[in-house]
Amino acid sequence: MSKAPAYVSTTNACKACMPLGACLAFKGVEGCVPFLHGSQGCATYMRRYLISHYREPVDIASSSLGEKQAIYGGGPNLKQGLVNVMNKYQARAIGVATTCLTETIGDDVPGLVREFLGQAKVEGGAASVPPVIAVSTPSFGGTHLQGFHRAVAALVAQLATTAGPSNGQVNLLPGLVSPADARYLKEVLADFGLTGVLLPDISLTLDGVAKAEYELIPEGGTPLRDIAAMGSAAATIQLGCFAMPNPSAGQILASRFGVPLVSLNLPLGLRASDALFQCLERHSGRPTPERHARERGQLLDAFVDGHKYLAGVKAVVYGEEDLALGLCSFLAEVGVQVVLAASGGESPGLAQAVAEVSDGLAPQAPLVRSGVDFHQIGEQARALKPDLLIGNSKGQTLARELRVPLVRVGFPIHDRFGAGRILTLGYRGALALLDGLINTLLEKRQADNPVGYGYL
Amino acid sequence: MASVIFEERRDQIVTKGEAPFRISCDKESLAGAVSQRACVFCGSRVVLYPIADALHLVHGPIGCAAYTWDIRGALSSGPELHRLSFSTDLREQDVIFGGEKKLERALIELIDRHSPNAAFVYSTCIVGLIGDDLAAVCKRVQQAKGIPVIPVMSEGFKGNKRAGYAAACRAMFSLVGTGDTAGIPTHSVNLLGDFNLAGEIWIIRDYLERMGVGVVAGITGDGRVADLQRAHGAGLNVVQCSGSTMELAKMMQEAFGVPFIRASYFGVDDMAGALYDIAAHFGEPALMERAKQVVREELAVVYPQIMEARRRLAGKKVAIYVGGAFKAFSLVKSFRLLGMQTVLVGSQTGTEEDYQELAAITDPGTVIVDDANPLELMSILKEKGADVFVGGVKERPIAYKLGIGFCDHNHERKLALEGFVGIINFAREIERTVLSPVWNFVPRIGGAPLGARRAA
Repeated sequence: MSKAPAYVSTTNACKACMPLGACLAFKGVEGCVPFLHGSQGCATYMRRYLISHYREPVDIASSSLGEKQAIYGGGPNLKQGLVNVMNKYQARAIGVATTCLTETIGDDVPGLVREFLGQAKVEGGAASVPPVIAVSTPSFGGTHLQGFHRAVAALVAQLATTAGPSNGQVNLLPGLVSPADARYLKEVLADFGLTGVLLPDISLTLDGVAKAEYELIPEGGTPLRDIAAMGSAAATIQLGCFAMPNPSAGQILASRFGVPLVSLNLPLGLRASDALFQCLERHSGRPTPERHARERGQLLDAFVDGHKYLAGVKAVVYGEEDLALGLCSFLAEVGVQVVLAASGGESPGLAQAVAEVSDGLAPQAPLVRSGVDFHQIGEQARALKPDLLIGNSKGQTLARELRVPLVRVGFPIHDRFGAGRILTLGYRGALALLDGLINTLLEKRQADNPVGYGYL
Repeated sequence: MASVIFEERRDQIVTKGEAPFRISCDKESLAGAVSQRACVFCGSRVVLYPIADALHLVHGPIGCAAYTWDIRGALSSGPELHRLSFSTDLREQDVIFGGEKKLERALIELIDRHSPNAAFVYSTCIVGLIGDDLAAVCKRVQQAKGIPVIPVMSEGFKGNKRAGYAAACRAMFSLVGTGDTAGIPTHSVNLLGDFNLAGEIWIIRDYLERMGVGVVAGITGDGRVADLQRAHGAGLNVVQCSGSTMELAKMMQEAFGVPFIRASYFGVDDMAGALYDIAAHFGEPALMERAKQVVREELAVVYPQIMEARRRLAGKKVAIYVGGAFKAFSLVKSFRLLGMQTVLVGSQTGTEEDYQELAAITDPGTVIVDDANPLELMSILKEKGADVFVGGVKERPIAYKLGIGFCDHNHERKLALEGFVGIINFAREIERTVLSPVWNFVPRIGGAPLGARRAA
C-alpha cells in the first residue's frame, strides 16, 4: 500500500475538539460542574454530543461571551458565571476549560480564577468557595483525547497536595473509557484489596439511576479529598500512552510527590490485560483474585471456541490512538487481520506501537494512518476490502457503503443504545468484545447465505 | 421554585393570569446558567444545512464541523452533499499566521472533488478574531471555479442563534434573482422555513400540487442552488418557522416584490389554515375549492384516528420547550385537540410578540419562559407536574430523570410531524411515551411509580 494522498481539507473528522474531552474528564469528579470559557454554542453543541452518547444529563456551564467580551476580555463574564454556578448548582468544584475564542483573545484564565477566588462573593461566604480548576484547551490545539488528558493533568496539578505519609493507595488513571469500564476497574482494584483512586470516575455520573430527580450534579465521581491524597499514593498506574500533555498527570505525581509511575497500554485483549493484572499483583502482593483468574480462563476458552470464525477476517479499526492500538493488540491475538488502523489524532509512535503488538501474531503489521479523516479512511478501506469495521459510530456511513458490519466500541456512539455500558477492558471486556465480534460476523453470514443454516 | 431562578432572569419566566402579561426576552444568555441556546454559527448552519447540492465548508477548528456532521434529519430527493462535514480544521499555526491560504486551497480541493453548484463558507469564532478576509477568498475562488462561493458571516460569539439565521438569509439572498424564471406558473410558492425533516416538505408539496399550486424552491428543505436562484419568480413566499427565514422573505419582498405570508404545518388547524391562506392569496375560487377538497380528504382519514388518540390521552399534562416560538403555538393547539393541557411552554429565541401570542392561546396558570436552563425547567416541571415533555435531545434527560415521557420535536427528529398525517404520527409518538408501561415501575416526580400508587 503506497502512501495515501494528503489533503488540505478535512471531511468527516475522526476526532472531536479539546474542550469536549476536558468536559468529559471534569464530569468524572465528584460535585464538579464543567464550565466552558467561550461562546454559548460550544457548551450547547458538546452537551448535545455527549447526551446523545451517554443518554444522561450533561450540564456544561458557559461564560456565554458575546461580541463586547470578545473585544474587552471575557473576565467579567467568567467571574459572574462562576458565581452563578456556585450559587445555583452548589458545585463542589468547577472545571474551567478554555475554547478557541478565549485562547485567541488572550484571556489569562488561571490569573482570572486567582483573582476571582480572592474576591469571591458566594452565598455562604468565602470559606464555602469551591476549588476552580483551569485547563487550557484551545480547539485548534488538538483532539478531544488531548483535552481529556490535559484536564486530568490539571486536576492533579491543582488539587493534589504535598505528600503526606504514604497511604498505600494506588492511583489509577483510566483514560477515556466507558462508565462500564470505569466500574470494572474499580471492581478489580477492590478485588485485589487495594485502596484505589480512579481519576476520573464516570461510572455513576454518566450512567446514573432513576430517581425522579434531575440532579443538578449527579452522584458519583472521584471525591476531591481522594484527588488531594493522590500525592501520597504508593503508585500511579496510567492507562494509555498517547495524547498526553508533558507532564502528564502521572508524571506530575511522580516529579512533584515522588509517586512511582507505571504506564501501561489500555488493557484491551489478553496481553494488555495481563500486564495490568501483573502490575496489580506486584502492588497488592497478592495473586490475581480467583474470579478474575477464572475470567481469564474463560476468555482463553472462548479464544479456542471462536478462532475459526475469525481466521482470515480482515478488519479496519479507527478511533483514538489508544483504542486503535488496543484493538490491534486484541485482534492480533484472535487471528483477525487488521488491514488498517486509523486515528484522527496525530500522536507520533502509533505505527511503531501497532507493529510491536502485532509482531509474531499477525501475518503482516497493519497499515497505520494517523491524523486522518473518514474520507481518507474510506479511500484506503475501499482498496483493502475489509470484512468489518471496528470503532465509534461515525464509521457508520462507510460501513454502509462497503456493506460490511460495524462493531461499535469507543466514543461517540450516537446510533445505538447503551453506549455507556459497553465494556471492553480486561478479560471480561475482551470476552464481551469477542462475543460481539463473532456474533456480528455470524449474523451477516446467516443473513447473506441462501440456505439459512440453523447451526453455525 | 424561587431559589433556583437567577435574579437576572426573573422577568423571563411568567405565569399566565397572575398579572397583566409582560415578559422580558431577546437578552444575551446569562453566564453560568447552562442556557439551552446555541450560537450564531449554529443558527446559520441549521438553516443552510439542507441545501443538498452545495458544499458547506466550515472555516474553523474541527469542533464546529464535527458537532454539526449529519446533525439534521433533512432529506434530499437527489444529491446528499449536505450530509458530509467539511472543515478547514484550523490549527495553532493557522491561528498565528492566518487561515486564508488554507481556506482557499481547501475550497478548491473540495470543489474539484465534488463539483457542487455553490459553496457556503461558514465563519466561526476564531475567524472573526484572526481577521481572515473570508469575502476576498470566496470572491477569488468564485472567479476561478465559476460557481457562487458565498461567505456566511456566522462568528459564534456575535449574537445568538437568530443572528445566525439572519446571516444565513443574507447568504441565500445573494443567490436569489440570479436564475432564469421562465416557465414558473402564476400560482407558485416558495416554502421558507421548512427543512424537509423526515420528508415533511414532500407532504406539503403534495397538498399544494393537488390544489394546483407549484413549488419553486424549498428553502431550505430538499433545497437546491438553482431553485434559490430562481425563487424570485414565485408568486408568494410561505414562511414557516418564526425566526429563521423571515428576513429572507422581507428582503425578497423589498427587492423583487414577492409577497409573503406566515404559516405552520403542524396540527390540523394550522395546516388547513396554511392551505386556505395560500389559496386566498391567489384569489382564485377554484383554488380555494381544491384546498377545501384536500383538507376534507385528509381529515376524513385522520380525524377518526385523532379522536381515538384523544380518548387515550385526554387530561394528560404537557410541557413544551422548543427553539422557535411559532412551533410552540402549533403545539399548544395540537395538544388541545388531543385533549391535553399545556402547563409549561417556552422557547430559546421567542420575541415579545411571540410570547404575547403564547399567553393568548394558553390556559391561566401556564408558565411561559424565555431562554430557560435545566435548573428552571426542572423546578417548573416539578411544581406543575407533566406527563410528557416536548423538546430536543438536550431536554430529553431532564424529562426522563423526572419520570416524564418525552417527544423529540427538534431538528434531529426522524418522524414526519407536519401535515395531516403528521398529527397522527405526533399522536402516536405521544402515546408511545405517555402510555408506556415503564412508568409503573419508575420513580416519578410527585412520588412513587404509578404501579405503587395504584397498589396503595
